[in-house]
Amino acid sequence: MYDFEFMKPSSLDEAVAALAEEDAQLLAGGQTLLPTMKQRLAMPSKLISLKDIPDFSYVKAEGDTLTIGGGTTHRQVSEEAESAFPGLASLAGRIGDPAVRNRGTIGGSLANNDPAACYPAAVLATGATVITNRREIPADEYFQGMFTTALDEGEIITAVRFPIPEASRYEKFAQPASRFPMVACFVAKMNGGVRVAVTGASEEGVFRWSEAEEALTATFSADALEGLAHPANGMISDIHGSGEYRAHLIGVMTKRAVLHLT
Amino acid sequence: MTKVTMNVNGRSRSGEVEGRTLLVQFLRETLSMTGTHVGCDTSQCGACVVHVDGQAVKSCTMLALEADGAEVTTIEGMTNADGSLGVIQQAFQDYHGLQCGFCTPGMVMSAKALLAENPKPSEEEIREYLEGNICRCTGYHNIVKAIMAASGQQVEPVAAE
Repeated sequence: MYDFEFMKPSSLDEAVAALAEEDAQLLAGGQTLLPTMKQRLAMPSKLISLKDIPDFSYVKAEGDTLTIGGGTTHRQVSEEAESAFPGLASLAGRIGDPAVRNRGTIGGSLANNDPAACYPAAVLATGATVITNRREIPADEYFQGMFTTALDEGEIITAVRFPIPEASRYEKFAQPASRFPMVACFVAKMNGGVRVAVTGASEEGVFRWSEAEEALTATFSADALEGLAHPANGMISDIHGSGEYRAHLIGVMTKRAVLHLT
Repeated sequence: MTKVTMNVNGRSRSGEVEGRTLLVQFLRETLSMTGTHVGCDTSQCGACVVHVDGQAVKSCTMLALEADGAEVTTIEGMTNADGSLGVIQQAFQDYHGLQCGFCTPGMVMSAKALLAENPKPSEEEIREYLEGNICRCTGYHNIVKAIMAASGQQVEPVAAE
């Protein structure tokens, strides 16, 4: 890892100001950024730790929404979201391993938008809102492809606001070495219908499976998915599995999620 | 270089570090506490697990400067006050929960974290919790037995297998 200047601002304004410098980079939990820097795939001149930003780490349920601070760890979400939004708590409690969950944060995961990250599936499936220091971004506009988001330079995720689904389930087929999903599906039964988001599978990152959404909105049962198959084009093919294999897993994981809820 | 101070196993320790100095490097190279191991250096194997403010973390994937002011517990802090093996360490010895021993510091620290939140885990819960700790020798059976024993639960005799 190349060396860098390290700073730990005590306010969001200070962090935003520091971020204006060229090659400055935010450090959240560091569970992706530090390994990336070790590989010299990232070499920021300055790292801005978000650790000391006040009111950055919380889980707050209000009415039918759950708001989570950008700096909240996966462990906190798995423990504190359990009663209000069990589907999300269950997802958070299965990211990586316990030590990773103690450091990694929801804001870091969403800003990175790894095509196989877990959180994007929940954010997209519920139509959550990503809140930054400047604006609110709806999930359907936030994710813009592999490692690409709607975030502008100098923008920091301060919170994520989820509408709490009537019922939800995340089913993950984990790649056993990395614990990232090979394919994972988040099924959310929302007020206005069912939404299904898929992570790990597509070269474009997280996406919604609209055919499954329509079928499940009409009839919420695993039988409604019979005969539906996601096409393999655009799916990730690598040593862990072909595009056809991942496409098949989308159907399997979606069905498992629905079976869990019915 | 920047000065960093943290409380390690109950003692205040300071040192000069670079921005990029990892917590595990600070422990091993600055403080000469080599009980914490670096296995994969990619946050997969868990040999480097220590506790920071009571929570298990992979010290190869945390900057030393991020632990400034923190309470850090390492494998060296697992012994009893008289220097004898702590309960978990003794159970690892009794149940032969190691072969080469390289992963053991991380296994013991993860076991300690598990028992703090779940004092009587089932075998399945132990295996689940250790998913971020990789052992290439034992096949995990004796590690799981050692943790069962350390939690005061019945363990079937090792020789039975």
